[in-house]
Amino acid sequence: MSGIQARFQSRRGDFTLDVDLQLPDRGVTALFGHSGSGKTTLLRAMAGLDRCDGHMIFRDATWQNDGQGDTQSLFLPVHQRAIAYVFQEASLFAHLSVRGNLAYGYKRLSAEQRRIGWDAAVEWLGLEAMLDRSPASLSGGERQRVAIARALLVSPELLLMDEPLSALDSRSKAEILPYLERLHRELNIPVIYVTHAVEEVARLADYIVQLEAGRVVAQGSAIDLLSSLTQRPVEGEEAGALIEATIRQHDDAHHLSELVLPCGQLILAPRLSASSNTPVRIRIPAREVSISLNVPEGTSILNILPARIIDHTEGDPGRVLVQLELLTDAGDTGVRLLSRISRYSWERLGLREGMQVQAQIKSMGLER
Amino acid sequence: MDWQPILQPVWLTLKLATLTTLLLLLVGTPIAWWLSQTTCRFKHAISAVVALPIVLPPTVLGFYLLFFLGPNGPGGAFTQWLGLGTLPFTFAGLVVASVFYSLPFVVQPMQNAFEAMGQRPLEVAATLRASPWDRFVSVALPLARPGFLTAMVIGFAHTVGEFGVVLMMGGNIPGETRVLSVAIYDHVETMEYAQAHLLSAGMVGFAFLVLLGLYLVNGRIDRQVRA
Repeated sequence: MSGIQARFQSRRGDFTLDVDLQLPDRGVTALFGHSGSGKTTLLRAMAGLDRCDGHMIFRDATWQNDGQGDTQSLFLPVHQRAIAYVFQEASLFAHLSVRGNLAYGYKRLSAEQRRIGWDAAVEWLGLEAMLDRSPASLSGGERQRVAIARALLVSPELLLMDEPLSALDSRSKAEILPYLERLHRELNIPVIYVTHAVEEVARLADYIVQLEAGRVVAQGSAIDLLSSLTQRPVEGEEAGALIEATIRQHDDAHHLSELVLPCGQLILAPRLSASSNTPVRIRIPAREVSISLNVPEGTSILNILPARIIDHTEGDPGRVLVQLELLTDAGDTGVRLLSRISRYSWERLGLREGMQVQAQIKSMGLER
Repeated sequence: MDWQPILQPVWLTLKLATLTTLLLLLVGTPIAWWLSQTTCRFKHAISAVVALPIVLPPTVLGFYLLFFLGPNGPGGAFTQWLGLGTLPFTFAGLVVASVFYSLPFVVQPMQNAFEAMGQRPLEVAATLRASPWDRFVSVALPLARPGFLTAMVIGFAHTVGEFGVVLMMGGNIPGETRVLSVAIYDHVETMEYAQAHLLSAGMVGFAFLVLLGLYLVNGRIDRQVRA
């Protein structure tokens, strides 16, 4: 059986975790939710760091977590699970150098268990120059890079990451995200990634599981879920669709990049750092998308694409969230956007489901 | 001056303190580790038992040890059954008494060091494939090193400085149980002030150097950790 099955129940005081999940065994799965929603509890249960009722089934192996009293012997201890874990704080061993930290797990594997090589991990996370330094002398971002490399060096079959960026300032975050994206692209290890940051979900996640009060309230592919109206992991101002585009070319004079959408249309975005012909994920916040009945003239909006209204919902008073599907001459494309407009506009333009409109996307609002 | 009665207690004291410190490391480490990790509901009761010698007058401890290990006590019956005779008024008896007496002073710094480290480094080590024993040796012990250093120095110094327990348990047998503190007491009793001065001044110097060394070393480790 492929896939990851995770089934856990635990009760601590007022909090109850109760999940039964079937997760893809490739790519990045984001466990997403507010603090106190049980994401970390679930991740710790998967690692075996906490005892509770339940188990994981991962590639034919069952990792048992129950273990009270008589069934104690069934519990599979952390060090026997084929995982690696990156904690919120880097938690480097203070008594070891960077090299010693990296070697800690690596030297506990036999030669044939080492599928990720020392040089590869050191190079991936750019650690060549700091191997002989002590953890205390590193910056927060550098420490977390060492922690990620240390985790990779146990050649895990499953990588668990608990908000690895949340303890960092925004500069260190920006420094680490490209490393994570690169791992995501090049490394064939499934990752379960706990976060409450929309930005990290948008840039890294393939699959999203949304938790609330210890229960799963939504799950699905990142692209479907973020552009869905009924299951919206991101509420309010943060709502927005996720699109996988390809960089066609850069316009350095105007500091723009031209992107090709999956349906073949072109849009302009602020200059991206990646090179031409590479795939990028673009988040289009709903607040940056407006609707017009005709192709407008004399507007500053650069991206104007034909679309059809699929659905709408009235959440906040006075505002409407509209789900749009882009259209080409060939018809529907399956590429969906969210647009937030005022309720007044919705009524004034006489908008309704099935109507063909023009989606106007402010290019400066596009987020990597 | 005859140096033999001066040097013999010094040598005996050093031997006693060294042996006691080594035994305390062996006995104290598992107790400190257990106390730092356990969630057992008897934890506090056991902590209190270990800490008793801090509060009790040494004479009380010495009296009970004497009673327990004496020819009519259960411990004494056991050692006699083993063919070891009885422990009171022997060097071995002094070692046993010193271990009990100094135990809390060794367990507490070690336990504090283990607790200060927190669970996180151990959890990290577990996710890096280290078994429980491996985690203890490769993570807990090195991280608790300053605590161990403190524990050893305090355990050694405390044993050197003990008096009441020694007097109750060991008496005053030259070469066997006549340690420094007892020798000083004896010299004062017999008005041999020159000898008493010599030994006492030596003790003051020793105590100062031990504490100075401890503070210097811990200060350095502190700076390393904070750097």
